[in-house]
Amino acid sequence: MARSIPVKADASAGQGNAAGWLAVAWLSFLVLPWYKVEGGFFAFDWLSRPYSATPAVLGGLSSAPWLLPLALPLLAATWFVWRRDLRSLAWVGAAGLAWMAVEGFSIIHSGWAFSWLTTLTGDPGPKQPGMGWGAVLYAAAMLMLTAASLARRGWCKGDGFVVGALMLVITSLILFVAYPLVSILSSAVKDNDGNVMPSLFADKLFNSNIWSLGCLYGSGNCGVAWNTVAVATLVGLLCTVLGLALALIALRTQVRGKWILRSLSILPIITPPFVIGLALILLFGRAGIVTNFLSHHFAIPRSRWIYGMAGITMAQVLAFTPIAFLVLVGVLQGVSPSMEEASQTLRASRWRTFWTVTWPLIRPGLASAFLISFIESMADFANPLVLGGNFNVLATDIFFAVVGAAHDQGRAAVLAIVLLVFTLAAFVIQRRWIGKRSYVTVSGKGDGGVPAALPPVLRIGCYAATLPWLVLTVVVYVIILTGGFVQSIGRDNTPTLEYFLTAFGVTKGVDGWFLSGSAWPSLTMTIGLALVAMPLTAALGILTAYLLDRQKFAGRTLFEFLAMMSFAIPGTVVGISYILAFNVPPVQITGTGLIIVISFIFRNMPVAIRAGLANLNQIDKSLDEASLTLGARSFATLRKVILPILKPAIVTAMIYSFVRAVTAVSAVIFLATGRFNLATVYIVGRADVGEYGIAIVYAAVMIVVMMAILVGIQVLVGERRLGRRSAASEPVMA
Amino acid sequence: MDETTVPLNSAATTEPAVRFEAVTKKYGTVTAVDSVSFDIAPASLVTLLGPSGCGKTTTLRLIAGLEQASGGRILIGGKDVTLLSAAERDVSMVFQSYALFPHMNVIENVSYGLRSMGLGRADAEARAAEKLALVGLSGYEKRQPSELSGGQQQRVAVARAIVLEPQVLLFDEPLSNLDAKLRRRVREEIRDLQQALKLTVAYVTHDQEEAMAVSDRIIVMNGGRIAQDGTPSELYNEPSSRFIADFMGDANLIPVSVGGTDSQQAEVKIGRASVRIRRRAVANGEALLAVRPHAIRMTAGASSADTLSGTVLKSTYLGNHMEYRVRLADPDTELFVSSPDTQNPIADASAVSVVINPADAVLIGD
Repeated sequence: MARSIPVKADASAGQGNAAGWLAVAWLSFLVLPWYKVEGGFFAFDWLSRPYSATPAVLGGLSSAPWLLPLALPLLAATWFVWRRDLRSLAWVGAAGLAWMAVEGFSIIHSGWAFSWLTTLTGDPGPKQPGMGWGAVLYAAAMLMLTAASLARRGWCKGDGFVVGALMLVITSLILFVAYPLVSILSSAVKDNDGNVMPSLFADKLFNSNIWSLGCLYGSGNCGVAWNTVAVATLVGLLCTVLGLALALIALRTQVRGKWILRSLSILPIITPPFVIGLALILLFGRAGIVTNFLSHHFAIPRSRWIYGMAGITMAQVLAFTPIAFLVLVGVLQGVSPSMEEASQTLRASRWRTFWTVTWPLIRPGLASAFLISFIESMADFANPLVLGGNFNVLATDIFFAVVGAAHDQGRAAVLAIVLLVFTLAAFVIQRRWIGKRSYVTVSGKGDGGVPAALPPVLRIGCYAATLPWLVLTVVVYVIILTGGFVQSIGRDNTPTLEYFLTAFGVTKGVDGWFLSGSAWPSLTMTIGLALVAMPLTAALGILTAYLLDRQKFAGRTLFEFLAMMSFAIPGTVVGISYILAFNVPPVQITGTGLIIVISFIFRNMPVAIRAGLANLNQIDKSLDEASLTLGARSFATLRKVILPILKPAIVTAMIYSFVRAVTAVSAVIFLATGRFNLATVYIVGRADVGEYGIAIVYAAVMIVVMMAILVGIQVLVGERRLGRRSAASEPVMA
Repeated sequence: MDETTVPLNSAATTEPAVRFEAVTKKYGTVTAVDSVSFDIAPASLVTLLGPSGCGKTTTLRLIAGLEQASGGRILIGGKDVTLLSAAERDVSMVFQSYALFPHMNVIENVSYGLRSMGLGRADAEARAAEKLALVGLSGYEKRQPSELSGGQQQRVAVARAIVLEPQVLLFDEPLSNLDAKLRRRVREEIRDLQQALKLTVAYVTHDQEEAMAVSDRIIVMNGGRIAQDGTPSELYNEPSSRFIADFMGDANLIPVSVGGTDSQQAEVKIGRASVRIRRRAVANGEALLAVRPHAIRMTAGASSADTLSGTVLKSTYLGNHMEYRVRLADPDTELFVSSPDTQNPIADASAVSVVINPADAVLIGD
């Protein structure tokens, strides 16, 4: 019986892809509306009145002649695809993108974007709105044509999918991480009318509001930069000490109830960031529970001490210690017990073992925990907003510079730059310097042995340090969960459902039941947008992790840095940078749900990247190679081999990006609008006007819902893993 | 089952199955493979042999398309594949770790390549089952890879690689994860399969014994270059360099001086002894004499005029033979000697008389 042996595909696949993208490019140029249409990207009512949505070719022939040159790359690309000369396409694609960038950044809604163009031409110049579907797809097609061409030139082992994915991720990082940051820089040197004023920039940058050390000499306030650094350093130190004590208790003592410590670690993920500040006010504010108690029984006068550095520090230590704890648990687990055993067999006492072996080994981890808490504290926006009083930090000052009466984008930009420099410096130190010094290596091999018990003095020290923190944490969460169900916590503890019903009421109207509570619109909007962002974040993050772990290419380190950097960009900086970058053409998306989704994606991408990297590291690279040599291209390999094995990482990435999106506030407070209102922004607003009851009831509901989602998924994924491959076949004896 | 005996390669053509033309691979400033050229004939098993870091695995991965060449041309079946990716080349590979997909069972693993080519499940699995039968694993179709022994996993990997009936089959140290006894058996199975199916195989190992056992031809690599290319016996008996002599079976390298006028036979002085040895184009002057450990005869007692004198430094009993380290007085060098005589071991520190059989010794020029 003669049979045909399937032959592996030859190199013609790139040809088909290129032809497909070429078709997309023509469609985007000839048919789709080039500019944004009324109602945003996801309003399609222009389909019913096509005359209102002009494609580039018509626009180019009438009012926007600068669009016509975009046809040249199209014609050239058609010629090259026709001639099967993919190698030359790279120039064509690059030319198309370059011209888009030139015309897009030169001509904006108000005319010429650069004042020298106005001077040159002597008139305010032509105008154009932001990009729409046509422009987006044209750019995407040009990008992919370039990728196909570069693959044909042998980039990334000639793999079209990898080159395409790489270009997609890099372009989106440039557009949504790097470009907004550059916009901050450029607005920092401009005044409110858009004129370049370097002297004004220097003025703002070296302003005494930012850098004054007055408080040290007893003459006035310190600059906001020093305030921020002082709080962050203090918080970093306290969190590291507490985190270490908790980690030691969890891993090096026999104390019961360790699961409580473990469960603490998910608190910072599910707790909206300002909630702790809110609870502290209810406890220690002028009318707080503790304040009332002390004033009643000990005649200690009421004061506003909680508003300021003390309160912010306290709230942040409560909020960020679990993060330090998580870092240090990892570090401490990395210390091989056999090293401590070796020390003990060499006659070292427990005390000596700890200080001469364990401590030096975990020192880099401590620095890491410190820097991470430091970054978190600097970036924290919500607690200072709630608790700051007259004590300003950078994150809140940025906010007030744009939303306050004294609207000053330049000042906001300068403050954002200062904040960014601090956090990025800490981030770079953490990754470069400490990363290299870390002794902790995870080898696949199991290392037997029992970790050494702590010296008694140290153990007691750990208990003593963590107990107050634990008690306060418990009290804080009790307040949050119950505070919304009493009249006025501390003063009038009559149970009531009033706040809950106001926020989450469901009423029967003429048309049946509807969600009448004031919280519903923001809650459903938040969950909706977070659900949209969730798969996109996971996909982009896992794709990035795949590229980082599995592909070699020039500039990989820079790429990784750019991808992980968004971890160190404070949310307020992201918020202000998005406003500055995306309020004007060519990418004009402020006020839409899209910009919120995009901010969710790029804020939470590092989480997905990390989840992906951690899992990919453990998957033997020869699995991919085996699949490749069996004729599956890298996309098929990714889909059939890597993704099925990565399933747990994907679920983790999805859940965490969802939960983080729902609880985030610092970036989206700039981006939320009346129509696209978000839960956290709503809560902050309620707290701001003193409606603590509703704020707290809403926060409690969010915490409970988030917790339910996390636990539910944990159970689901956990069972899936256990139940997999249950005796699929009877053992066959050879 | 007649189709399994049909040659899988287009053996009728005279094209080499694989041709390397001055292929270079650089990682930054490091040159892993340095202008390497060779051919692999259809239906032959060629081993790339060398110490770790010599470039042999990189060479194999260059054939597979898992690495892209920095320079030169690679042809498979006469077709230039230098710029093609692994998925586009007609080769398959058996990996050191086997790389069986953990989320698929045996038959899914073996049929994976056929499914990638777009074959339907039933058809693909039927063909995969034939290949499984070929490696003796019928009945294991529904097992998970983790439920198989190392040897069985290895055979699944082989079945998976031959299922696409590729022009070239690549083996990357396929035996290194097996224990010593199994290795011998599996390497015989691989050789039998290769000869039965007339497969073209490129095989990588660092074990010279394994290489000799399975190969039609061996390409020894060192420092990213080909040190010597030949049949197993050529490499063993006619090493072209000190490196080959040493690498292929622990030769003793004794400094000698070459003299005489005959172009065939040279007068070789080993210390004070003098022997006639085939010249092999070695010029007069300083040279090395490569002598295998088993080609040295040793007797206890003082040496005579035409033998060498030495002292036993250390003797080791290894069951079926003895091993000695012997210090020669002139030339001042250390010898490694193996002797089948376990009945009369020579004690440490005894004086011995050493005889080198000229027929078992090879002159090396460098």
